[in-house]
Amino acid sequence: MEQAAKNEVFSLKDMSVHYGSSLAVDSVNLPIYENEITALIGPSGCGKSTVLRSLNRMNDLIPSAKVGGEVLYHGQDMYGSDVDPVQVRKVIGMVFQKPNPFPKSIYDNIAFGPQTLGMKGNMDEIVEGALKQAALWDDVKDRLKDNAFGMSGGQQQRLCIARAIAVKPDVILMDEPCSALDPISTFKIEDLMMELKKDYTIVIVTHNMQQAARVADRTAFFTVDTSRGEGSRVGTLVEHDETTKIFSNPSDERTLDYVTGKFG
Amino acid sequence: MALGVNPGLFLNNPSSFRPEEAGYRPAILGTIQLIGGVILIIVPLGISAATYLELFADRTRWYNRIIELNIQNLAGVPSIVFGILGLAFIVRGIFDLGFVVAAGSMTVAILVLPTVILASREAIRAVPSSLLDGALALGATRLQAVRKMVLPAAAPGMLTGVILAVARAIGEAAPLLLVGAATFVTFDPNFWDGGYSALPVMIYSYAGRPQEEFHVLAAAGVLVMLVVLFFINSIAVWLRARFERTW
Repeated sequence: MEQAAKNEVFSLKDMSVHYGSSLAVDSVNLPIYENEITALIGPSGCGKSTVLRSLNRMNDLIPSAKVGGEVLYHGQDMYGSDVDPVQVRKVIGMVFQKPNPFPKSIYDNIAFGPQTLGMKGNMDEIVEGALKQAALWDDVKDRLKDNAFGMSGGQQQRLCIARAIAVKPDVILMDEPCSALDPISTFKIEDLMMELKKDYTIVIVTHNMQQAARVADRTAFFTVDTSRGEGSRVGTLVEHDETTKIFSNPSDERTLDYVTGKFG
Repeated sequence: MALGVNPGLFLNNPSSFRPEEAGYRPAILGTIQLIGGVILIIVPLGISAATYLELFADRTRWYNRIIELNIQNLAGVPSIVFGILGLAFIVRGIFDLGFVVAAGSMTVAILVLPTVILASREAIRAVPSSLLDGALALGATRLQAVRKMVLPAAAPGMLTGVILAVARAIGEAAPLLLVGAATFVTFDPNFWDGGYSALPVMIYSYAGRPQEEFHVLAAAGVLVMLVVLFFINSIAVWLRARFERTW
């Protein structure tokens, strides 16, 4: 019952996403709480990435994508006509599946966001602060002017996290951030996430169930609904709950089958 | 005759009866001005057109589809057609510039613009979309993301397009004949005023004379043109290398 006291950062209410005329995700009802890590898990094509990308309006970049229902951010409709997607992305940062550092120096990678948004303050301090928060400062403090492509994959991903932190967001969305990384780098990122959830709300999409079990406070399980007629593949939210419950005693049989490895 | 280049080839004005003293001076200056003008037109126009079409245009709109179709078709139109268009609309007509270098530049620029646009679009397409996504996810506007991330990354490819376009522009004689490049000019050209010549036109004129010496002069002119081309391309290659280092 302690959840009742928690702040809802996002509330998805009967949310759906269409790509053109085909329905990709249907009737998602999901709360996401402040200073928690929420994991979205499920088999390929279940719409978990689509849901994630609708939380900072990255779906807007696909012209045919259309979000229905309601996505509330601190009670405010994120898809309201008066909401500027650019403003949304300033407060809701994103880390992508493949590390995507800019073809610039480590320093400039971090500084790009604050500079572009016209943030005030000493840029050196902003860069140092972000790198320290991403536990990357000690690795790179002597080569800030080096090209970011010279870093290892895990470091690049932590740089992308640092880059997202540098603009002081409220939420960090992570789209399978460790799928391209080795186990040690993955462990470092998970460690970092545990650290970051003190200051940020984190939503992570992952294929790796152990990862969800390790880091997430709450887990939402999605699956593909093929029962709606010939060839239709609609992503649906099966259930969401505290992670321990999802993995030990889920209320839906499909969740149990998935987390015990019977399919997916 | 001693081996080596007689500087008069570059420095002297043409002569109709003394081939040993005839040179390419007005034609070289004309070509440099002409190509300079072409670059000034095609770089901003070509890059902004490519950026619009690749990153901003809604491809389902009919007008964007027409623009796209036209650009592809224009790349295959014979150059003489552009010459006639230049004569009708730039030398006379709307712009009414008269037979000046500027008119030649504009005509040739339109001729080579499709090359620049197509190459620039190719370069933009080659930039990984993760770069754009990464910038947008930080709260940059689309314009900021394009200007600060995509265009610098595409710059080397775009410059390649400009090099290709310039290489083509420099050898064009047909459209220039129609927009006023004279075969015989004995004074330095002025961009906005008065007659001018260009290397391919001058070569064409020398090659058509009866005296054997003028034919040799025409051959030398081809070499001069290659040198000018090489010079312009070197600048472009240098610029490209610089761009590649800074991003």
